[in-house]
Amino acid sequence: MGKRRKTYLEAAMDKGYSRRDFMKLGAMMTAFMGLESSMVAKVTKAMEKAPRIPIIWLHGQECTCCSESFIRSSHPLVADILLDLVSLDYTETLMAPSGYQAEKSLHDTMKNYHGNYLLTVEGSIPTKEQGVYCCIGGKTFENIVQEAADGAKAVIAWGSCASNGCVQSANPNPTGATPIHEIIKGKPIINVPGCPPIAEVMAGVVVHLLTFDRIPELDRLRRPKAFYSRRVHDTCYRRPNFDAGLFVESFDDENAKKGYCLYKMGCKGPVTYNACGVIKWNNGVSFPIQSGHPCIGCSEENFWDNGGFYKRLPNFPGFGIESNADKVGLGLGIATGVGVAAHAVVTNIRKRKLIADGECEQKDVE
Amino acid sequence: MNRYARIEKSLMHPKYVWELPVRFYHWINALVVVILGVTGYIIGNPPGITTATEASFGYWFGTVRFIHFVAAYVFFFNFVFRLYWGFVGNKFAKWKNFIPYTKAHWVDMWEVIKVDIFQVKCDKNPNLGHNALASFTYFLTFIVFILQTVTGFGIYAAMSPSWFPQLFAWIPSVFGGDIATRQLHHILMWFFALFAIVHVYLVFYHDYIEKNGVTSSMIGGWKFQDKDKVEREKD
Repeated sequence: MGKRRKTYLEAAMDKGYSRRDFMKLGAMMTAFMGLESSMVAKVTKAMEKAPRIPIIWLHGQECTCCSESFIRSSHPLVADILLDLVSLDYTETLMAPSGYQAEKSLHDTMKNYHGNYLLTVEGSIPTKEQGVYCCIGGKTFENIVQEAADGAKAVIAWGSCASNGCVQSANPNPTGATPIHEIIKGKPIINVPGCPPIAEVMAGVVVHLLTFDRIPELDRLRRPKAFYSRRVHDTCYRRPNFDAGLFVESFDDENAKKGYCLYKMGCKGPVTYNACGVIKWNNGVSFPIQSGHPCIGCSEENFWDNGGFYKRLPNFPGFGIESNADKVGLGLGIATGVGVAAHAVVTNIRKRKLIADGECEQKDVE
Repeated sequence: MNRYARIEKSLMHPKYVWELPVRFYHWINALVVVILGVTGYIIGNPPGITTATEASFGYWFGTVRFIHFVAAYVFFFNFVFRLYWGFVGNKFAKWKNFIPYTKAHWVDMWEVIKVDIFQVKCDKNPNLGHNALASFTYFLTFIVFILQTVTGFGIYAAMSPSWFPQLFAWIPSVFGGDIATRQLHHILMWFFALFAIVHVYLVFYHDYIEKNGVTSSMIGGWKFQDKDKVEREKD
């Protein structure tokens, strides 16, 4: 552990990649981060010179879809360099050691690179019953994250679980699943939400840290602006259909075949901030809307609790499963109309003297 | 004496209640609320159109949204103007009418409930301006105005780089994201619909019962008071 850490270039060469492949990676990462082409040199140089950042990758309450997404990124070097070679110092899913050796590896990294390693967390932290719902190596996940965050340079919360709680924090949240930023204080935290996040976005965040040695510009929800500042709706190729008022009415209608807007099928594109419409998935092949499915808003907070995936307007709480705000509102409107009519009738009876004579009935005057 | 003769003989004194700016505020507000409600409902639940058109030939949905956004600006600044007028207007327009911070206001409100809603009591002399319950209702309405403004501009912030909506860009994160904010904005729309039903009915009701010209008062500004009644009450 004491020896000098290899740079990204050296690691790639060792793996048998050519320098040309390495340069391509640099150009691609620059583009993904939304930087100008003049920055290619800087990014490439950083990866050439900088020693690999030691990364501790923890898994809590999650399904490992973030890791799965990451290792399927479009450029093989992304997975190979950034994940495989960077530092499998500790990641439960992919590291070689297990049991005592794995724990030792974690502690060695934390000790040897104190203040320099990057802590990345996949999954939320259960806080109910002192955190018993997620224990690894005899310790609660909350303790593990606290301990690892202590010496971390920065913390990255991978995916919706770590960023906003995702499905396990959905009502009634039985385990008290909590996102990382509500537990860890006093460290720079980057949220990379999505279920899973896009592989190139994940890589882009790591490369940004590496190139500029500081965290990327974040929005209010600690998401990197480069990837989360625009709505899926604004980058959607079906947007012209939205503006023209051409909507799919059901999944098997003529409009669906024509590729009209999926707004009425419950598409959450207009309320979801992500880069799916630009970077796309699986090597840029497609993204949900392109495949004819509405966006479910997986990178947004509480997306499980905000109504059905296939409904424009969610169920109205407390009024049964087929209720929505419009049905409840219409019901209240009718009730109000009936109430008003009844009041008009009663007025004409109770106040007949007032109406006829302009005088109050004596018995009523106090 | 029959009712018509009695009304004709009574001394109805005109009193200037609603100043011109208040009347303008009222009707501009009524107009934009209707526009916002209709366009907002269409945006939330657009009609299904099955034609063989291509998207490049149409923009009607974009136009509906544009109208909604323009009306929202009018609504907001009209509302801000009314708040200003609450400080400089006449005593019927003053902010003090709307916030029930005195015991007398709550007592009056209870009176109105007894007289007008449950009709267990007879009104001796109707209020000249807003009655206590109405003004408290308008106070609640103003709170809904504020909520509707911040949620609306909050979700609009993502669609406009201009500085004004950007002031509201932080709002959706308070309500737990754009999805929840949009839902709240939609639910509040129904408040306006229900308010309109009750409001219009009560205007008719008061005009009919009190014969003080409340409907036309929002056009001309004048209300009428029965001098006999006012005098008698003083005794």
